[in-house]
Parts: sequence; structure tokens; C-alpha cells
Amino acid sequence: MVVKLLLEITDLAVEVNEKEILSDIDLYIDLGETHVLLGPNGSGKSTLFMSILGFPKYKITRGEILFKGEDITNLSTTERVKMGIGVSFQNPPAIRGVKLQNLLKIEHHEEGEELSPEMMELVQKLKFDNIFLERDVNLGFSGGEVKRSEILQLLAQRPDFIMFDEPDSGVDIENVELLAEEVNNLLDKDKKPGLREKSGLLITHLGYILNFVPADTAHVLMDGKIACSGNPTEILEDIRKEGFLGCVECCKIH
Amino acid sequence: MCGMLQDTLKRAEKAKEKKALYGEDIDLEKFIKEEAGEHERVSKANEVPKKVQDTLLKVGVDPTEQERSGTFVQMDQSRVCTTCTSESVELMSMPDALEKYGWLKDYMWKAVAVDADKYTAQTGLREAQEGGGGGYFIRSLPGSKDIFPIQACMFIGDQNVAQNVHNVIIAEENSELHIITGCATGSDVTSALHVGVSEFYLKKGAKITFTMIHNWAEQVDVRPRTGVMVGDDATYISNYILTSPVKSIQSYPTAYCSGNNSNVVFQSILGGQKESVLDMGSRVILEGQGCSTEMISRSVSKDKSQIYARGHLAGRVPNVKGHLECHGLVLSDDSLIYAVPELEGASTELELSHEAAVGKIDEEEVLYLMSRGLTEEEATSMIVRGFLSIDIAGLPPELAAETKRMIDTSVQGM
Repeated sequence: MVVKLLLEITDLAVEVNEKEILSDIDLYIDLGETHVLLGPNGSGKSTLFMSILGFPKYKITRGEILFKGEDITNLSTTERVKMGIGVSFQNPPAIRGVKLQNLLKIEHHEEGEELSPEMMELVQKLKFDNIFLERDVNLGFSGGEVKRSEILQLLAQRPDFIMFDEPDSGVDIENVELLAEEVNNLLDKDKKPGLREKSGLLITHLGYILNFVPADTAHVLMDGKIACSGNPTEILEDIRKEGFLGCVECCKIH
Repeated sequence: MCGMLQDTLKRAEKAKEKKALYGEDIDLEKFIKEEAGEHERVSKANEVPKKVQDTLLKVGVDPTEQERSGTFVQMDQSRVCTTCTSESVELMSMPDALEKYGWLKDYMWKAVAVDADKYTAQTGLREAQEGGGGGYFIRSLPGSKDIFPIQACMFIGDQNVAQNVHNVIIAEENSELHIITGCATGSDVTSALHVGVSEFYLKKGAKITFTMIHNWAEQVDVRPRTGVMVGDDATYISNYILTSPVKSIQSYPTAYCSGNNSNVVFQSILGGQKESVLDMGSRVILEGQGCSTEMISRSVSKDKSQIYARGHLAGRVPNVKGHLECHGLVLSDDSLIYAVPELEGASTELELSHEAAVGKIDEEEVLYLMSRGLTEEEATSMIVRGFLSIDIAGLPPELAAETKRMIDTSVQGM
């Protein structure tokens, strides 16, 4: 089996408003792999996420990001997305007058007045209907609706590498399973590990979603550095028992 | 000449030099007062020159007249087309209407004062000299309801003309009337003046929706003057759309909610481009028990445009309600949005509120759309278009869909 590196982050340091938030970040994600990023609030999880996405506020002061073998460190968000990076946000902004349907058309490259039958099937799968599609994106959406809409948009886009920021926060149990099913679908989990072509990076606080979405590797981010990497089940177990600090201490010993 | 007309003329004469409160003062002598009859009359809207037809379409006036209950087209000072197929609505030119209905003069200059400023004065004087000037008369018969709108277009075809229009619109008791009006200029006109006086009268239980799209040329000055008298249980809904460049437009329509439980909605979509100066307001005088109003305006300023978004809510009796919402996006450093929301409460137990915000496009929204693959430019224009596409309430479903399309087309260029 030929292992192919999809995302390579080497020696990355990131500043926000002239303050260093991340440093010494090394993160390598292979084709078909799902990694999970754990860490307490304020540890820099979202910063890493936005830096990979290329948001201008996140200034890369050192290191590089390669995607599909190409250096994307200085590319715009649009260019990165066009290369196959996708994202589901935790708290996306509401945009007045921009309907969910319009976004789906762009994401699925559709020109028609109505959505294609293929797209409508996904809409129904995510428990939305035509009336909901006419709503301004994220405006007055409930927590669960936001998450389902983010996943639906990713299903329209079908990116090769997807970052999920807290995909299960604020979602009731019944919908977590629905969301997890589609996250698995997006990440090719129905295929055998060696045959998967989609990769992902999950940010999760509590790790609850990992009960439904299996991850290959976990990383613990502490104070802007990756303090520990390894088997997700073991790391989660440690965190549950000892908290983040205890887990990191344990990593240092090994 | 009857006493009332003499009095009107006297007042107009006195106000000939009276500057308007807002907007740049225009030298009326610069423009040609072309006579009526300069342009040929036709019997159907699709008989007007092809070039004009294309322009009409852009402002929502459909030359095929499908799903329209009537059409009125005025070019410069000449009415060129008046058709009406509806049995529930009357549509005539003002001279014809004045000849038919002796009582019509009782409705003239009652909702708009002839001596309000030099523009109303000029319109009053011209119509007296020309034996009833330009403009249309629309009347929906008592209890009638036609879901198809009357369409009217004021078109400027000749260079440097002053177009004066005086419209009277009457919705009789319990009738429902929909009007689409478009104003436009011929492609070879670079300079002109349009003064449009419109007086609306809504009787008990009546409803009027009035959707107006303006598409003037870059050197055209526009001074509409509008007054609306709203009776008991009546509803007036105005939608105004301007997104193309114009030299200057200044308008401050006033609705008098004197009827009990009457309701007025003003919605405006303003796109400032090039060196346009848009001074647009709306005023509602709430003086009937239980009446209410809502004003919504969305402005976007580009290039060197200046937009003054004014609004005035005046509550004069108890138990009235009004809300004013005024949002603006400033897209260039050389442009300006000046929002002036005014609330005037002159009674107890009333509720007046406003919400005004002027600013830039939220960067977070742009980035969100970029993270879906749009370029920064595409994202910005999608947000601007979304911002301007306010939902139009109160129209029958077919007309609402069409109006939505008209708005979408208008904001396409922003």
C-alpha cells in the first residue's frame, strides 16, 4: 500500500494581532486518514484550523503548509478551497439575503432555477425542506440546524480534506447520530482504510462524536503546541481520567 | 375659471422660486418645456419603438402587457399609450380624466401642496397652461380587486426636456389596486429633469401596492413629490428601487394615516453609483386611532455617490405604532451614507422606534463565503445583493415573485 501525504504542516508558528498563538506545530495527515484535535479552551485549536484555511488575521510567521504536495502557505482561502479543502464552522455568521439554496447551487456547481434531484435527496437526508432552503443562511438557525446546514454544504462540495470544528456541539443525541453518519460518509468511512480517499481533522472538546466517527490519530494541543499525539481511544481515556494536564504529563514521560 | 383653480394658480405663482428643503437647487430655466403631442400615440404598448420597449422591460413595464390590467406610457410631455383591459380599474390620462370627472379637481393638490416648492409650483402652472398636463389617473372601483397590476412608465426621450407629471390615484372603498411604475431615459439623453407629483387617496378598507423602479441617466435630475391620504382600515405599501446612476434625486413622500387602523409600509432599495446624489426619505403622520407604519431602507454607496436616507415618524394620537429600519453599507471611501431617522411622539401611549446602522461589509461573512470557494469579489457582491434584496410584503404571490425578480435584476449591477 502506498501511503500518500495529503497535508503536511512543518514547524508552523502563527500570530494573531501580533501575539504568537501557535508554535512548533508539526502535523502530517495521510490520504484517507481522520485525525482529531483535542485540547482545552484557548489552547489554539481554532487558530490552527483558521490558519490551515488561510484566514488573513492568522499570520504565519514560520514554517509551511503543504497540501497535495503544493505549498499553500501563501495562498488565499478561495484558492485553498478550490484545491479541495472544506470546512464546517462551529458558529458561522448569518448573512442576510443570501439563501441556503443559493449557496448550495454554488457549492454543487449548479446553474438551474431549482436544485438537482441529487442535491434534493441530500437536503431531505439532512431533514431540510424547500421552505428551509429559502431561508437566509444561518439567520435564526437553531444550533442543530447550523450543524446540519454546514454538513449539507460539505456534501454539496465534496472536498478532499475536511476540517470539522465542534460538529456535535449543541446538537441533540438523535441528530448527533445523523450528523456522524454524514461525517463518516464525507470521510469515506464506508470504504476499507486503504481505499479511503478523503481525509479529515476533527476539532472536539468533549470527544463525544468520536463514539460515532472513528479517528486514526489524536493530537492534544496545549498552549499553542502539540503536546501529545497518539491513539485516540487511549488519549481520550487519559484525558477523562487525568484531565488535559495529566495526559500531557504522561506523554512527556513516554 | 373657478375660484379654487385661481387660488391654486396664485399659490403656484408665488412659490415659483421657492427652493426645496432638501436636495440641490435646480435651475428650471435650463430645461425645455416640450409640448404634448411631440411623440406619436400608439394603441398598444408593443407598438412603441423597439429601443424604448427594451428600456421599459428593465423597469418592470412589460410591453407585451401580459398579466397587466392596463398600461400608461408617457414620453417627455406626450402620453403615447393608454390601455386598460380591467373592468375593476379605470386608467386615463389626466386631461381625459378631468374632462370625464368634474369632481377630480377636488382631489388635486390636496395630498401634495402646489406651493410646497418650485417643482410642485411649476407642475401646477404647466398643467393649467397646457389644459391638464402629463400624468395619469387611476381609480379602482369600490369592492374591486384585480391581482394584475396597472403598469405606468414615465420615459424621457429627448435631450434637456423638463418632464412634469401629475398623477392622481384613487382606491375606492374596499378595493385592492396594484401599480408598477418604471421611469427611464432614452439611451441618447444625457440631461433632463423629471418632476412627478403623485397624490394617492385610499378610501375605507382599500389597499394599494405601489412598486416603483427608477432607471435614469447619469445627468438627469429627479424631483418626485408624493402625498398619500390613508383612510380607515386602509393599507398603502410602497416599494422603491433605484440602483442605477442618476445625477440627483430628492424625494420625501408623506403618508397621512388619518384613518383608524390604517397601515403604511415604505420600503426602499438604494444603490448609489458614480456621482449620484440620492436624497430619499419617507414620512408617515400617524393621526388615526390604532394606525401603524413600518419603514425599511437599505442603502449601498459606491464610487463617489452620496445617499441621504431620511425617515420621519410622527405620532400625533395615542395607540399608534411605528418602526423605522435604516441600514447602509459604505463601499468606497469617496462615498457617503447619511442616515437621518427622526421620531416625533406628540401623544401618550404610542410606540415609535428606529434601528439605524451604517458601516462596512462584515469581514467574517466574506470569509465564510470564501471558505465555500467564492473569490473575495464574488463573496462581496453576493453579500451586497443579499443585503439589498429585502422581502417585499403585501403583494399577491404572482406579483411578489415578479417583483422579487425585478429586484434581483436591479441589484445585479451593484
